[in-house]
Amino acid sequence: MTQSVVVQVGQCGNQVGCRFWDLALREHAAVNKKGIYDEALSSFFRNVDTRSGNNGPDIYKGKICSLKARALLIDMEEGVVNEILQGPLKDVFDSKQLITDVSGSGNNWAVGHKIYGCQYRENIVEKLRKTAEHCDCLQCFFIIHSMGGGTGSGLGTFVLNLLEEEFPEVYRFVTSVYPSGEDDVITSPYNSVLAMKELNEHADCVLPIENESLLEIVNKIHQMINSGKLGSTVKQNSLVTSSAGSAKTLQEKPFDAMNNIVANLLLNLTSSARFEGSLNMDLNEISMNLVPFPRLHYLVSSLTPLYTLADVNVPSRRLDQMFSDAFSRDHQLIQADPKHSLYLACALLVRGNVQVSDLRRNIERLKPSLHFVSWNQEGWKTGLCSVPPVGHSHSLLALANNTCVKPTFIELKDRFMKLYKKKAHLHHYLQIDGMEQSCFSEALFPVVCQ
Amino acid sequence: MSIVTVQLGQCGNQIGQEVFSALCSDIRGTHGLCSKKENGSYQDSCKERFFCEEESAVPVARAVLVDMEPKVISQTLSMAARSGHWKYSSHSHFCQKQGSGNNWANGYSVHGPRHKEAIMNLVQKEAEKCDRLGGFFTIMSMAGGTGSGLGAFVTQCLRDAFPTSFILNHVVWPYGTGEVIVQNYNSVLTLSHLYHSSDALLVHENDVIHKICAQLMNIKQISFRDVNQVIAHQLGSVFQPTHTAGGGSGYSRNPLGELMESLVPHPEFRMLGLRNIPQMPESSLPYSTFSWPGLIKHLRQMLIANAQMEEGIDWQVRPPSSIPSTNKPLHFNTSIANLVILRGKDVHGVDLGSFQDPSLYTSWLNPQDAFNAWKTPRAFNKYEKSAALVSNSQFLLKPLDSIVGKAWNMFASKAYLHQYAKFGIQEEDFLDCFTTLEQVISSYTNL
Repeated sequence: MTQSVVVQVGQCGNQVGCRFWDLALREHAAVNKKGIYDEALSSFFRNVDTRSGNNGPDIYKGKICSLKARALLIDMEEGVVNEILQGPLKDVFDSKQLITDVSGSGNNWAVGHKIYGCQYRENIVEKLRKTAEHCDCLQCFFIIHSMGGGTGSGLGTFVLNLLEEEFPEVYRFVTSVYPSGEDDVITSPYNSVLAMKELNEHADCVLPIENESLLEIVNKIHQMINSGKLGSTVKQNSLVTSSAGSAKTLQEKPFDAMNNIVANLLLNLTSSARFEGSLNMDLNEISMNLVPFPRLHYLVSSLTPLYTLADVNVPSRRLDQMFSDAFSRDHQLIQADPKHSLYLACALLVRGNVQVSDLRRNIERLKPSLHFVSWNQEGWKTGLCSVPPVGHSHSLLALANNTCVKPTFIELKDRFMKLYKKKAHLHHYLQIDGMEQSCFSEALFPVVCQ
Repeated sequence: MSIVTVQLGQCGNQIGQEVFSALCSDIRGTHGLCSKKENGSYQDSCKERFFCEEESAVPVARAVLVDMEPKVISQTLSMAARSGHWKYSSHSHFCQKQGSGNNWANGYSVHGPRHKEAIMNLVQKEAEKCDRLGGFFTIMSMAGGTGSGLGAFVTQCLRDAFPTSFILNHVVWPYGTGEVIVQNYNSVLTLSHLYHSSDALLVHENDVIHKICAQLMNIKQISFRDVNQVIAHQLGSVFQPTHTAGGGSGYSRNPLGELMESLVPHPEFRMLGLRNIPQMPESSLPYSTFSWPGLIKHLRQMLIANAQMEEGIDWQVRPPSSIPSTNKPLHFNTSIANLVILRGKDVHGVDLGSFQDPSLYTSWLNPQDAFNAWKTPRAFNKYEKSAALVSNSQFLLKPLDSIVGKAWNMFASKAYLHQYAKFGIQEEDFLDCFTTLEQVISSYTNL
């Protein structure tokens, strides 16, 4: 069994990360009834004997003593991380896994990447090494960050660079939250484009997420609950946006619902690697099958179902509906329509009580309406995991390498150009050592080439 | 003589477990429908072939389990132990942590050499436990990374370490519409490499078995377990003991050798297809009766018309007439060699003359040599009468051509090649493999 380490950078990264750990504990608690530390748990958690303080030895088998997340929390201002450490998850994180500073990055990619990067480089490398040492077989780093700010974007991509240098054999999966059109951070286009360049070159796989889509999903669910159709109630803990049953019992903050969706995405992505199934799909298989050319590694993701109704009988029709939904615009995590663009490859990770015949039937049904590239007419990768997520009897995660990401990037580029033409705010960036005008033009180039 | 099974990758291990399960339940069943003496000698022969009676209470399968990640092997071991009737030895499995990521190059060039010694040690130990080693039976899929890549490497190692033993590779071909996106690349690489080291490739296609499950077995929600059980039944019908022509009065002592001898007269032609009738849900068995002439007739037509199961056979296809003409009818499936295995009541009086018709075969082999029959009066797996056909013919020509075509299409656009290059398989290696397979395709086409 392999281990994965989560590196959460910046405010967004840490908030999403926090939800991830919460929901991961909830999922494992639902599956692991006996309290034995098993291989599935070890992929994200260490089992530490804390009777002698936090520096206790790791326990590899036997009962669960104290679970510590395999994570690195990085933020250049203290607010978010402190909040996490005072909340119900404080015991899950080791104080040695944190790197914080006080003043933040001022929404400036250059500050995050160049200044803090240099300053904290040694510290970060050391902490990464420590975390890696606790792993028997480290397979993947998950980086969670946003593209629009300063820390997540700048320092986050610096860490990405670092990971490639220090751990070239370990996969780097990046979950990036892209800024929406009406983002309140004015310099977000600059930050995003500069970060994109790094993602292009150093990430194995990028899962772009847009806040607009998350918001739409949250609204859809609220509508569903509030419409209160007679005779059908929604199971609370099945909502892809809910934290029900998890440690967080305090009032939910506005971004929590949206962040839960991203957390669920990561859980589903790694489910086949952690749990058994009749057709396993590991993380290295995702990278192998969905990345036909090294730079085309942007995957559009969609999760279904968003909720489960409380009635227990799930006829086949519902199952098929789940597959259809995965390809509809409403379920995508970025504002894009894959159905009308070209698919280079598509992966379907099914969890729960679904068999290979259901999978085949639905692929046959959906194939005619999707356009695949000529050299990959049957470009489907499938995985079946027997353990369903909490609150559902089955679920589907669809990852598509599809040209519909192009409009998203072009829009980003347009916003960038608007600012750049007027050289607005440029001086903030140029006054940082090592940043030059050419960095901007270099960064623009790859975005255009997609 | 004993056969050592090597189960490779997720598919290999899942199928292997079902095969041993089927073999074990067959010999434990009392539906032998034959004399006690016959039944006794059948059971002994099967046990000697596939199981080892160590000090433990239950027979131990003669198998080596290999996978690059631990989940499947632990599942397989526990399922076997749970049955209570047989188990795997606790020391004959090898696994790693990371898996092969569906990357043939990773399985072949990285995992292979790295773990060669450990794996071959396990095989050596199993081989030494046999009084007489009858050969190796490897089970793998060709779509993934471990079964295909590591499987090809291990087959090569087996060939180097045991140059005089028979090696039969059971290869599972994936669904046409994609289980793995790079399955065509992996398939091309696997088949071309296996062709050089293996004695014969016995093929099962997922699409075909899926259809059998849906139409003949009436299973509504087909799971991989159902597919694997059908495959296990078909394999059991070939490998359970029989009386062959060269075996004298007892059960054959050299099944793999005789299989190769009957079916692989020429090294260029090694692809074997398998058909088995009848196939039906267990609940229908008590209500069905069969006659040998009926079964033989169906089986023969399945051979000629390249039908995959006993429903939907095209009865219009006929062998070419005795007047020699250069144009063979297009749908007709020409054979090089065929082997029919009959199990059940009144088996010794069955007329198999229709299979000896020279027009079924190519011209360069004597029809007497091209056809063989193995029989046993002991019924298999509760089927009163069953017939299996192992055929070296054009059965697999179309699927093979299709796989190579799709792989070539992808290769032409250079997609995914960087993933293979990362582990040392370059474009030239691909080209060599394409050439090998094109040669095989053309040989089979020109029969």
